[in-house]
Amino acid sequence: MAVLVYIENWEGQFKKQTKELITYASDTANAMGTELIGLSIGNVEDSAIEALGAYGLNKVLTVKGDAFASFKAKTYACAISTAVEHSGADAIVMGNTYNGKSMGPRLAASIDASIVTGAISLPDVSNGFLVKKTVFSNKGFAMVNLTNAKKVITLNVNAYKVEEKSGSVSIEDISSSVSAGNDVSITNVEKQTGKIPLTEAELVVSAGRGLKGTENWGMIEELADLIGAGTACSKPVSDVGWRPHSEHVGQTGITISPNLYIAVGISGAIQHLAGVSSSKVICVINKDPEAPFFSAADYGIVGDAFEVVPKLIEAVKSLS
Amino acid sequence: MKVLVCVSKTPDTTTKITFSGDNKSVNYDGVKFIINPYDEHALAKAMELKEKQGAEITIINMGTADSDQIIRKCFAVGADKGIRIDAEPMSGMQVAMAIASVVKDENFDVILTGRESIDYNGGMVGELLGEMLDIASVSYCSKMDIDGTNVTMTRFIDGGEETLVAQLPVVVSAVKELGEPRIPNMRGIMQARSKKIEVIANTAESDSVVENYEAPASKAACHYIDASEAEKLIEILHNEKKLF
Repeated sequence: MAVLVYIENWEGQFKKQTKELITYASDTANAMGTELIGLSIGNVEDSAIEALGAYGLNKVLTVKGDAFASFKAKTYACAISTAVEHSGADAIVMGNTYNGKSMGPRLAASIDASIVTGAISLPDVSNGFLVKKTVFSNKGFAMVNLTNAKKVITLNVNAYKVEEKSGSVSIEDISSSVSAGNDVSITNVEKQTGKIPLTEAELVVSAGRGLKGTENWGMIEELADLIGAGTACSKPVSDVGWRPHSEHVGQTGITISPNLYIAVGISGAIQHLAGVSSSKVICVINKDPEAPFFSAADYGIVGDAFEVVPKLIEAVKSLS
Repeated sequence: MKVLVCVSKTPDTTTKITFSGDNKSVNYDGVKFIINPYDEHALAKAMELKEKQGAEITIINMGTADSDQIIRKCFAVGADKGIRIDAEPMSGMQVAMAIASVVKDENFDVILTGRESIDYNGGMVGELLGEMLDIASVSYCSKMDIDGTNVTMTRFIDGGEETLVAQLPVVVSAVKELGEPRIPNMRGIMQARSKKIEVIANTAESDSVVENYEAPASKAACHYIDASEAEKLIEILHNEKKLF
């Protein structure tokens, strides 16, 4: 028995969400009364892996080499299933990132595991193996009982608190025992530069139709830049092309749970609320006091965005 | 070219979700059902393949007879055949196993599905089918071009996009950029009436079961700040909440 945690890297680096994931996996191993083993795939410096000992990870398997240099769902799922066999793991935990969402199911099917995606709580192992996840795009939660002997869990970003522990990491390379199947080749990668990806932004400033036009987004971007936030928008705004689809948060867009969500000129239709309601602190700025968003808000300002937002910008500037 | 589109039936996006008194089930009384919005983008891509490359489109759904209306809407948009696996689905794994067992010998060139259903948000059926049918799978796909047996696809990655090439057959899960949903026309609606839905018994079992549901905690009342003192919001977020 063991819990295997897949520690995804981004160009050889780990992120805060890696630490959240390790803390979660470590607590899961404790709940199950078993040991925690990490798995790193791709080319990562040992020193980066060793630094993760501070979050409760003491043993890490590595799979390296050209075949594993970049993510491919089938190849990586093969590598994880080899590590599952090697470690005797019966619970496998990974982040609910685009790569995790892509390879988690492939892994589950290949090792005949139960799977839950988008988990937000530790498994309750007192009677079965129950994991809480959001359903109906944040309009509710479900406790899912995973009934197969093996279980795959993908954990949402920003759903579990990082806890510092102590300890060192021993590394074992198992690359030679992995036979990498592959069926795709990557021809191009394009990344936004200088912007915080919305899916991992801890602070988000979002705006809607109340801004009247794409030319008015300057103040939203300025406020976001000043506090280190990502920018988002409502569906009507991305539908008319004022902002890219990648910024659309809501039931049919991206679902986020940042520590802070500031909504400017968004009325708060039920589909929008579904995508953002699990944000820790919600601030709403809207000139309509009847806007439904206020009932989901922690803080509200009834006022004109074009007067309020510049005041907020000035207030942030005067902090330093 | 044979194209399979996996569709599910979900509550309309405006639905207020409530649970039964014992939290064991969802209250579906009076709820209007629609095709899962992401599946409409998958169907739109299938229609493009039909128009440009003469693809034949088969719709597959796992559900009870209530799902027939969803399959018929796909017919009205232009799908050719429909299969319904006759059971209320319990999990994405069960749906994928059921679909895989029905289509494994059918040699579909392209299998399309939405990136996730908006009810259980599993987002796993496409990738599960890839593994079960041992074919290439790409999820969160925003673009797909087929040239002979070469398929070029773009998928979302953290903070960007990636372009991949694979050989047919492939299974792809759609984001909205993959295709603009089609509206049924009168000819489609007329033709849909005469198309038959093949109903198949389910043999797949689920890997998991929802034990109970929970409604989100209700929020405390909103703390209002006067617009003339808007800067107070920044003070609270900075000094009290220490968010930045």
